[in-house]
Amino acid sequence: MRVYVTDHDGKEHELEAMEGWRVMEVIRDWGLPIKAECGGACACATCHVFVDPEWQDKLYPATDEEEDMLDTVPDVEDNSRLSCQILMSDELDGLKVSLAPSAKPEAEVA
Amino acid sequence: MSEREIVTDAVIVGAGPVGLFAVFELGLLDIKCHLIDILDKPGGQCAELYPEKPIYDIPAFPEISGQELTDNLLKQAEPFGPTYHYNQMVTEIEKQEDGSFVVKTDDNITFKCKVVVIAAGGGSFQPKRPPVEGIEEYENKSVFYAVRRMEEFRDHDIVIVGGGDSALDWTLNLAPLAKSLTLVHRRDSFRAHTDSVNKMRALVEEGKINFQLGQIGSLEGENGQLSAINIKSKEGETSLPASRLLPFFGLTMKLGPVADWGLNLHENLINVDTEKFATSEDGIFAIGDINYYPGKLKLILSGFHEAALMAQAAKKIIHPDAKVVFQYTTSSTSLQKKLGVK
Repeated sequence: MRVYVTDHDGKEHELEAMEGWRVMEVIRDWGLPIKAECGGACACATCHVFVDPEWQDKLYPATDEEEDMLDTVPDVEDNSRLSCQILMSDELDGLKVSLAPSAKPEAEVA
Repeated sequence: MSEREIVTDAVIVGAGPVGLFAVFELGLLDIKCHLIDILDKPGGQCAELYPEKPIYDIPAFPEISGQELTDNLLKQAEPFGPTYHYNQMVTEIEKQEDGSFVVKTDDNITFKCKVVVIAAGGGSFQPKRPPVEGIEEYENKSVFYAVRRMEEFRDHDIVIVGGGDSALDWTLNLAPLAKSLTLVHRRDSFRAHTDSVNKMRALVEEGKINFQLGQIGSLEGENGQLSAINIKSKEGETSLPASRLLPFFGLTMKLGPVADWGLNLHENLINVDTEKFATSEDGIFAIGDINYYPGKLKLILSGFHEAALMAQAAKKIIHPDAKVVFQYTTSSTSLQKKLGVK
C-alpha cells in the first residue's frame, strides 16, 4: 500500500507503507523531513500534516487527546492531523497528505 | 540574576533520564556532579512531554510512566548528593590550558570542572514559534513567549493565542491591566483547568475581554513594534489592534548552543566513539539521544549503557591515580557504603 506525501517544496513522494504502520513512521523512515520528537506518543504535535480533503472523511476522527495536542500546533487548519495517530490500513491505501511547516525539523528551518 | 562560581568534578548538561542515571554511575566512581537543565524540573522529555504515558521498554519494568521513571532515577541518584540547577541553559563551554573546563549558563553561574557530560536529548525545550512571516523581528520587543514582568503589558492592546493553561492563566492575570485583551484560539474548547475557562468566559460576558475563534494570519507593525494582528478564521480575516502578542503553543526541542561548542557533529547530533562515548574534545562526553555513532538507537536503555561506559572513562580523567577496579553493587562493600545501604 502507498501514501503520497507532499513535502515543504510542493514535491509529491510516493511512499511504500505497511499495514499497521503510523503515517508518521512511514514519512520518517523514508527520510522525509518531519520532527516527530515524541516518537509517536501523541505528546508533542510535531508530526503535524494536512490531509488531502478527499481523504479527510476516510480517517478515523481525531480523539480528544489528538484534538488537545492539535491546539499546540500554530499553523492548524481544518484538515490538520497528527500523522502518528493515523494507522495505515487497506482503506487508506493511496492516502494523500502534505507536511506542515510547524513540523519541519530544525536542520531544515535554516 | 545570581553570579556564582561552582567548582565540581563533572557538569552534566541535561537532567533527563540519562543525565540522572549518569549521576549514579559517576557517583559509584567517586565523581561529584552538578546538573543543569532548561526546564524547571528533572526528567527531560519524560517529564515534559509524557509524564503520564506508559513506557514499556525499560528493562525490568514491564510498564512505567515517564514521571515514575524520573522519580525512581532521582531516588537512585540521591545517595551521591547531586546539585540540580533548573531554568537555565548552558551557553558556553571553554577548555582551559590545564585541560579543565569552564561552563557558563544564561543565569550567570560559572562552573569549573574536569569533565563535561552532554546529556541534552533533543536539545533544549523552547517555546514553539508560530510560522508567521517576520515574527522574529518582533520577538522580545512586542511578541513574548512568557511573561517576565507584568508591567510590560500595562495599558497595551494584548492578544493571547492558545487554549492551554498558560494562555488561560495569562488571560486572567493580564485582563485587569490591559487596555484591551483578546484571547484567540482555534476552537471553542480548551485543555485548561475548568475553573480558569469559566472565569475567562465570565470576563467575556462582562465585556471586559474578547474571545475570537481563529489563528494568527499575519502581523503588522514596524521596528519590532506590533500595531495589528490579522486573525484567520472560517469567516475570513479580521484585523485586531495589538501592541503585545503572547503565543502559547507549548514547547519544542531545539539544538540551541550545542552547535557552537566546536564538537564534531553528525546532522545536529554529537559524534562519539562507542567505547567511552567521548566527543571530538577530550574531557567532553555525550550520552543519550544527543549523540551519534553507527547503529545508534534513541532508546533510554541505550543511554543508560552509554552512561556506565562514559563513567569509567571519566574516572581516568578525574582520578587518574586511582586504580580502576570493576565492582558489582551486589557484592562490593565499598560500593554499598557509597549507596548508604551498608
